[in-house]
Amino acid sequence: MSDLRDLYQEVILEHSKAPRNFHGLAHANHRADGVNPLCGDQFTVYLHMDGDAIRDISFEGSGCAISKASASMMTQILKGKSRAEAEKLFERFHKLVTGEEPAKGGEDLGKLAVFSGVSEYPARVKCATLAWHTLHAALVGEAEAVLPEDE
Amino acid sequence: MTAAARNLGAGLQAERHAVGFSASELKQIRADFPILRQKVHGKPLVYLDNAATSQKPRAVIDAIVRYYETTNANIHRGVHFLSEHATEEHDAARRTVQKFLNARSASEIVFVRGATEAINLVAQSYGRARVASGDEVLITGMEHHSDIVPWQLLCNEKGAKLRVAPIDDAGELVFDEFASLLGPRTRLVAVTHVSNALGTVNPVRRIIELAHERKVPVLVDGAQAVPHMKVDVQELDCDFYAFSGHKVYGPTGIGVLYGKAELLNAMPPYQGGGDMIASVTFEKSTYNKVPFKFEAGTPDIAGAIGLGAALRYVSDLGLERIGAHEHDLLEYATGAVSGIPGLRIVGSAAEKAGVLSFIFENIHPHDIGTILDQEGIAIRTGHHCSQPVMRRFNIPATARASFAMYNTREEIDELVRGIEKVREVFG
Ligand SMILES: Cc1ncc(COP(=O)(O)O)c(C=O)c1O
Repeated sequence: MSDLRDLYQEVILEHSKAPRNFHGLAHANHRADGVNPLCGDQFTVYLHMDGDAIRDISFEGSGCAISKASASMMTQILKGKSRAEAEKLFERFHKLVTGEEPAKGGEDLGKLAVFSGVSEYPARVKCATLAWHTLHAALVGEAEAVLPEDE
Repeated sequence: MTAAARNLGAGLQAERHAVGFSASELKQIRADFPILRQKVHGKPLVYLDNAATSQKPRAVIDAIVRYYETTNANIHRGVHFLSEHATEEHDAARRTVQKFLNARSASEIVFVRGATEAINLVAQSYGRARVASGDEVLITGMEHHSDIVPWQLLCNEKGAKLRVAPIDDAGELVFDEFASLLGPRTRLVAVTHVSNALGTVNPVRRIIELAHERKVPVLVDGAQAVPHMKVDVQELDCDFYAFSGHKVYGPTGIGVLYGKAELLNAMPPYQGGGDMIASVTFEKSTYNKVPFKFEAGTPDIAGAIGLGAALRYVSDLGLERIGAHEHDLLEYATGAVSGIPGLRIVGSAAEKAGVLSFIFENIHPHDIGTILDQEGIAIRTGHHCSQPVMRRFNIPATARASFAMYNTREEIDELVRGIEKVREVFG
């Protein structure tokens, strides 16, 4: 049996209770909505882009502990990153939570490595990636994120 | 007092006095369901997601296996032994459904894929023929998406209006508002018998009476009702009744639309194909009689036979007793979780079926579901295909435990322990 603490790590619980950058963004020049139709979780991600750089990022919405913590930590790590770096991180994060590259444990992902436990809970992968899909939609100028079926 | 009303009175009384199952009967029932022996994450399975789908007794599984092993053939087509035999069994299943719902005739029973397809059939066939621009379809604020979206599609196509009768804080239909929305342009009322998200039992008899006074036909979505209470379509006098086999211990892929013969006869076909025609030329086809007019193509023969077995199983035990047992579980569960600080039950109608929807602290239902799953407890979390209900209560989702005939008080104790575990994890 997988230990629930692998999924609900302290950092995740802490972020879910007190999410960072959890507000609208008056000077946002990109935004997108993301909905998980399975459960109704929904987030809006706001970006203030300066050329290719993410100057500021925030989010609003409602969701479970995993999706909220993921969104919170995503906004923390992405502030100041470039578009390409953000997409690269999404790719790495995706591999981490789907268990595609479990062994590495995502050391290059920094704090985001706490989400490695999600790979043991396939039903929760979409929770962890919802904010990232929404970010991706905002970056490419789509109003709404599309969640892949096979995730 | 009419004979029907006297019967209803007697029925209610019987229900009130019906007792559930003894410990040994319950043990026997549980033994009939092979899946319940299973362990999940090393713990005995506690299956409390019956409103999503119910488990299948051995009798149903055996009926399907026996059909494929001994009888399988296409129906209505062959002169050979197997085809005749399969046709007979399929017809017998239809008569079992007829008896189960107390329909006047087996030709009023249309086999479909499930409640969803039954409602779509009525919307596309009856609805498209009868609903015009400016007309209205009236539903309630507690419908499943499958009793909302088919009407939206119809109304959008026709320029008609979808009207929604509100529900109150307890999750009950506000009857006066419903009555005032039932207007001169209402062409159809569609209402759930029992709400899947809240457990509310709607006063369908009153609804139908009022609608009929105004010459408006009524479709009842019985997906959550037939597993828990005796339904008599003649006594209700509903015009259409829809349900899914898989929620009443039958297989997936099979369901039923009951329709009054005079309505079904007057309705245009839903889908075209084999079996639904009397004759075909390239210029014109004439249609088969009901119910075959609505059953294009090879049907789910094994599914119908499995459903027949399920309805016989349920009828043999008696729906009054099943209902009484589930009512006992609901009361026990309601009492047990009411003592948990921070837990709020969503849906407190005076008349409720075995559904316990709740929210707990600020913990998202998804997280509750994952933690309970680790304890072997299966519940549903989310919006339960009833997003408007969630919006009405201003919550994104609930956790929902729903009960069936094989559930026990001990399992509810497990649920309560599981919820305490959730509190531990979220500290
Ligand atoms: C009240 C109600 N109506 C309709 C349905 C749809 O049933 P099905 O998906 O089997 O067609 C459900 C199933 O959840 C339900 O609970």
